[in-house]
Amino acid sequence: MDFLNALVVLANFVVIPGIAYGSQLALGALGVTLVYGVLRFSNFAHGDTMAFGTMVVVLVTWWMQSVGISFGPLPTALLALPVGIAATAVLMIGTDRMVYRFYRQKKAEPVVYLIVSLGVMFIMAGLVRFIIGPNDQSFSDGERFIIKVRDFKQMTGLDEGLAIKTTQGITVVTAIVVVAVLFWFLNNTRTGKSMRAFSDNEDLALLSGINPERVVLYTWLIVAALATIAGTLYGLDKSFKPFVYFQLLLPIFAAAIVGGLGNPLGAIAGGFVIAFSEVTVTYAWKKVITYVVPDAWAPEGLVQLLSTEYKFAVSFVILVIVLLIKPTGLFKGKAL
Amino acid sequence: MSDPFLIGDCMTGGYGKGPDILHECTIAVEKGEIAVIVGPNGAGKSTAMKAVFGMLDVRQGAVRLQGQDITKLSPQDRVLKGMGFVPQTHNIFTSMTVEENLEMGAFIRTDDFRPTMEQVYDLFPILRDKRNQPAGELSGGQRQQVAVGRALMTKPSVLMLDEPTAGVSPIVMDELFDRIIEVARTGISILMVEQNARQALEIADKGYVLVQGRNAFTGTGQDLLADAEVRKSFLGG
Repeated sequence: MDFLNALVVLANFVVIPGIAYGSQLALGALGVTLVYGVLRFSNFAHGDTMAFGTMVVVLVTWWMQSVGISFGPLPTALLALPVGIAATAVLMIGTDRMVYRFYRQKKAEPVVYLIVSLGVMFIMAGLVRFIIGPNDQSFSDGERFIIKVRDFKQMTGLDEGLAIKTTQGITVVTAIVVVAVLFWFLNNTRTGKSMRAFSDNEDLALLSGINPERVVLYTWLIVAALATIAGTLYGLDKSFKPFVYFQLLLPIFAAAIVGGLGNPLGAIAGGFVIAFSEVTVTYAWKKVITYVVPDAWAPEGLVQLLSTEYKFAVSFVILVIVLLIKPTGLFKGKAL
Repeated sequence: MSDPFLIGDCMTGGYGKGPDILHECTIAVEKGEIAVIVGPNGAGKSTAMKAVFGMLDVRQGAVRLQGQDITKLSPQDRVLKGMGFVPQTHNIFTSMTVEENLEMGAFIRTDDFRPTMEQVYDLFPILRDKRNQPAGELSGGQRQQVAVGRALMTKPSVLMLDEPTAGVSPIVMDELFDRIIEVARTGISILMVEQNARQALEIADKGYVLVQGRNAFTGTGQDLLADAEVRKSFLGG
């Protein structure tokens, strides 16, 4: 029995990847939940919005690498991030002006918006594949690890090693900063409060003189930033492939719904719920259990509940359970 | 004859493309006075008030504020002209604190609204105690105070209340009416729709009894209370 080594294995393969993945999902779900809260529809184009933002970041990163600009030990992509956000913001506002505003003026049903967002999704997906292609792209550079397995073993003298990738560290730090700024904005600025008011009670917001077009504009700007940051962090941590971003839509929506659609705090909690469920269910627990139980009890199989190919089933199952038992989500949804 | 401060003059109209609900209905309020619209269910009380506020099509007649024709203005533009409106339901931001509700009420103002907020807190002291509490957690009467307070934040010259005492206890109702009188004393005109006809007419300078979208009786609150026919048909004897 060796709890310390078990703990290290657990941290290395479950906790740290879970936190990083959870942060990425949380940022994605925040974007979805903001659109739902303010514009009142489920934006199915969010995954491909993330892909578009990341694509711009990838292209700018390649250009920076080619002219020799680097960010020292940190990925160059962080320098390219503002350009990606700006480009995505232009795309979002352009889409709103050309597509969503038309339906807003017609006071369309939410289900109409949902179908419209599907159309937008296909256009964006096509755009991304047209520009950068459907294949895997690598754009991560800089230092790969904050802590390497070998260094950790030397430091602690344990049998098991622990690695923290730079991208994982950056993901968590960035997510904390972004969430803090977003909540400060929503709770302390006039514009942020007007967004919450609009999300809470649209008619009364109009009576109070809040300009809906401005609220919508700010929402798309924030969503563009969130989507690009979430997409870039995910791409740095794993890799950039447009189809994978489309697939991310499921865990992201699951996260937003589990937390309560329209509730930013819920989106964050939901992100971690989904991420940790996915990681724990698809992790092979053999090593951890072997360390914890007496030798004779050590399992022969991998003790993996579900193979990783089925990880999307986890989101689905959680989604179904939540919708059956608590349809409003863990936190009460429907207002910022 | 000079125009009253705010008048919906011979209004005929309805919602969207629907049939007319109001028929040559006239509602007016003088500066600093309280006008009350009463009548049976479905008489078009709220509709008459919404017509004055521009929330439905006025097909004939006009709405004038201080002699200026505002018939074509949107509700939002009327807020800018100094009209405050408290809807019957969904009249607060439930997820926001009391103070944030008041801040949102003052959204169109670019000057310092702290003094107005202090005035609202002086008028409704309970709101000062609960300023940092989400408005959705307050009791029915307190919510109505938040709703009225929010509308007062724009410093309106006329305040329109759609059944402010709906769903509150009789004690709270009396208290709310007292506050409404206080608001009127500061020079703000009050136009109010009420279910509790008797109590409302007692505080009213002017009363309008509507039946099927038409003016049935019009007079001072006391006149209407004394009128035998009004008593018989609407006040329960």
